[in-house]
Amino acid sequence: MMTLLLLFVPLVSALVVYLAGQKLASKVALGLAVVELAISGIALSMYLKEGPEPFYVFHEWIASPKISFHLALDGLSLLLVILTNLLIPIIILSTFHRLIPNAKSYFALILMMQFALVGVFMAMDGLLYYIFWELALIPIYFIALRWGGPNRVPVTLKFFIYTLAGSLLMLFGFIMLYWYNPQQSFDIRELYNLAISGSNQSWLFWMFFLAFAIKIPIVPFHTWQADTYREAPTQGTMLLSGIMLKMGIYSLLRWLLPIVPLGVAQWGPLAITLCVVGIMYASIIAIKQDNIKNLLAYSSLAHVGLISAGVFAINLHGFQGSVVQMLAHGINVVGLFFCADIIFNRTNTLSIDGLGGIRNLAPKFSTMFMVILLGSVALPLTNGFIGEFLLLYGVYEYNIWLSAFAGLTIILGAVYMLRMYKKVMLGNTGTRVQSFPDLYWNEFLALGIIVVLVIVMGLYPKPVLEIAEPALQLILDKTIVQ
Amino acid sequence: MYTLIYTCCLGLLCLVGEILNLRKLLIPMILAGLAAIFVVNCMEWDAAGPVIIGGMDMSHMMRVDSYSIAFSGLSIFTAMLIFALTGNFYKNEEHHLSDYLAILVFVLTGALVLFSFYNLVMLFLGIEIVSISLYVMAGSRRQDIRSNEAGFKYFLMGSFASAILLFGITLIFGATGSFELDKIAAFASSGTDSTLLHIGALLVISGMLFKVAAVPFHFWSPDVYEGSPSLVTVMMSTLVKVAFFAAFFRLMSVGLSGIHDYTSDILSLVAALTLIAGNLIALSQNNFKRLLAYSGISHAGYMLLAVLSIENEASSALWYYGAAYVLATIGAFAVAIPVFYFRNDETIDAFNGLGKKNPLQAAFLTISMLSLAGIPPLAGFLGKYYIFSEAIRSGYIWLTIVAVLASIVGIYYYFKVILAMYTKDTVEPEVKSPMLYTVVMIVCVVLSLLLGVWPGPFTNLL
Repeated sequence: MMTLLLLFVPLVSALVVYLAGQKLASKVALGLAVVELAISGIALSMYLKEGPEPFYVFHEWIASPKISFHLALDGLSLLLVILTNLLIPIIILSTFHRLIPNAKSYFALILMMQFALVGVFMAMDGLLYYIFWELALIPIYFIALRWGGPNRVPVTLKFFIYTLAGSLLMLFGFIMLYWYNPQQSFDIRELYNLAISGSNQSWLFWMFFLAFAIKIPIVPFHTWQADTYREAPTQGTMLLSGIMLKMGIYSLLRWLLPIVPLGVAQWGPLAITLCVVGIMYASIIAIKQDNIKNLLAYSSLAHVGLISAGVFAINLHGFQGSVVQMLAHGINVVGLFFCADIIFNRTNTLSIDGLGGIRNLAPKFSTMFMVILLGSVALPLTNGFIGEFLLLYGVYEYNIWLSAFAGLTIILGAVYMLRMYKKVMLGNTGTRVQSFPDLYWNEFLALGIIVVLVIVMGLYPKPVLEIAEPALQLILDKTIVQ
Repeated sequence: MYTLIYTCCLGLLCLVGEILNLRKLLIPMILAGLAAIFVVNCMEWDAAGPVIIGGMDMSHMMRVDSYSIAFSGLSIFTAMLIFALTGNFYKNEEHHLSDYLAILVFVLTGALVLFSFYNLVMLFLGIEIVSISLYVMAGSRRQDIRSNEAGFKYFLMGSFASAILLFGITLIFGATGSFELDKIAAFASSGTDSTLLHIGALLVISGMLFKVAAVPFHFWSPDVYEGSPSLVTVMMSTLVKVAFFAAFFRLMSVGLSGIHDYTSDILSLVAALTLIAGNLIALSQNNFKRLLAYSGISHAGYMLLAVLSIENEASSALWYYGAAYVLATIGAFAVAIPVFYFRNDETIDAFNGLGKKNPLQAAFLTISMLSLAGIPPLAGFLGKYYIFSEAIRSGYIWLTIVAVLASIVGIYYYFKVILAMYTKDTVEPEVKSPMLYTVVMIVCVVLSLLLGVWPGPFTNLL
């Protein structure tokens, strides 16, 4: 019951918001998103008391081929569902005091997106999962297409076709799994126990890995990312970077490692190397960026590279780190893109060159920006530190050299982020900074929530680790081949 | 069986309607008649086992089984949707309305013959009923030079293909001594190595490939689709295409199943070519009807995958795919035809700014395009899924990978239409869509969604 509520409330909300009309849309959307957040809060408390059993939903959906409506919520799914439902209200809150044309469609699409994302994180039947995965692409495409920047048409089309290309390969992989499965179904419990020969797993690995690597993105499949982040409206960028790329990392854990362990054993080293190369590549490019949104996009690319490296390290620390860092990165990156949006809103530019001296004009904003930024560069006592520490530790257990190179991400990250902060916020007042009103109430509230989360998660990450552990242990057991 | 007879009568009734001066009542009459025939068709479903209809010498001429009834139901429903569009489309035609409508009913009659044929003679008869009706309809805009061209081109090329088909049938008869599918199948599987049968089969397959517009027999299709009146294009690209495929599937899975090893290589090659060429050429099209013609060619490629995997389950996949394709295409044309009419333009630019001027139409056309592109949770996605799944099970793995890659290309040109609607502006006023067009559009899109989300009753139909 809780599971169905979690899934369908956003869908109903989307309809309600669309019918509420242009003026009320943002407020109704916020209210309904908070309702969904409350439901996930109740789900969390239920989970802590009774474990995953009450969340199990299984209905026959299509008899032949056997596709079932199979939802479940283990620790891993729960955390990501909570992340989604926590970020969506913040994302909606960030639109207040902004003029959004055709608001009802905009918010309806955001909530549609929430529906699909929650579905991805809870679906335990391969094809059901695939349907939600694809469904998540459509709202974000239209959000970027209709509300995006001047160069949006070719950029969003590239994004759409690129990611869909990966997905279709995954569909092919799923169909193969279906026929490899003697029971002939997509049920995840059966897929975890398939006996597929090593050579078949080897190419099945690529069918799935490509889909996820494009979505995450892992270098060299990242070319859609920076352009799309820049052209999409702020909320679209937040959805993409905060939640949508977590779909890819979650899927690595849930749908790749345990299903084709032999394939992972064969290709995992290559994958983790790609991740680490990507970290360094993205960090170096980030240093050269002049546009704040581009810089954040490349910094995000570096972070997700490290998260994926933690996944492919295939040990509990790496897994734990990836989960913590998924949450931390989701929260931080949404905060950072919101800060960029606030700057753009006041000065109409995102170019670092024309900015400077904002700190004197907007002290509240610059303090909060600083805290979130420190979380992002993994200062101890912030959420980013816990994640990156565990990830590096996990990669260290896998291979010292890789870990050393991956560790550069912290140093380089500090370099480009602090440099950006210095140029934008400190120093003399920039040419483009005439007046800079401090935070409005909605901005204060949204950034305040993020700042609190950055610090609380940094001080006390234990509950997250405890919730995730059983699910991760299970995945690890299935992945390590005797 | 009765379905066929009643449909024939309905066509004759249309002609009589002209004499009795009942022009206004014609379309309601046809719709009511088709609805009744649909019910009759569904009632035959319950009849236990196939009904075999013999000729003079008691040979098998037709066989009414669940396969033919399912496809008949689909095409009668398709015909109803199309006839709902005819009223406004032909409202300026003073004289020939009943002729046109009667001929369109005869297309359906031919299709019904194709679904239940069990004898190559009936196959040829069905194909000719459909084709000759379409030759006439393609050229039915006599004042329009492009319509004349379409009719003439279709007639010349089509009759050539029919001749090849007929030649193939005679060779098969020469080899096996029979026109009946089961006797041909028995001969083919007996292991007798007969060059005559092989050549005959190749010629028949070539003829069929021409009719379904597979590469390299597709050259007629874009020109004919573009030149014909839009409604005839709809008929050709939906009902007729599915009818030819259903016949092709029965021919391959029953009659020629014994030489499947021999034909499958050629058909795989044709399918791969069709998928690649259809999708690639569609990329550069600017005319909406040509675009849908090439999209139709690429969809023929997917349906060829079902024809290749001749298992019984593949017929379900073909049916489902056909249904998804028909609904999406008619849904798209129900939006497009009024747009063409009001803006006097049949290129993709005609859709510019539709997202602002007609948000409902634009949203529904978007859904139809997404279904054609195979995006979940629409019917087009599950259709592709079933086809891929059956093809993989039958061992055509490389061909399926080609199909997957081709469908990635496909997304690009379907999105051209969506992009025109939402990112370009226009000075043209809002398009006033007739009520019936809106109804057909809503029916198609809702069914596309329903079929995608709740396919339960239809996946195991056959």
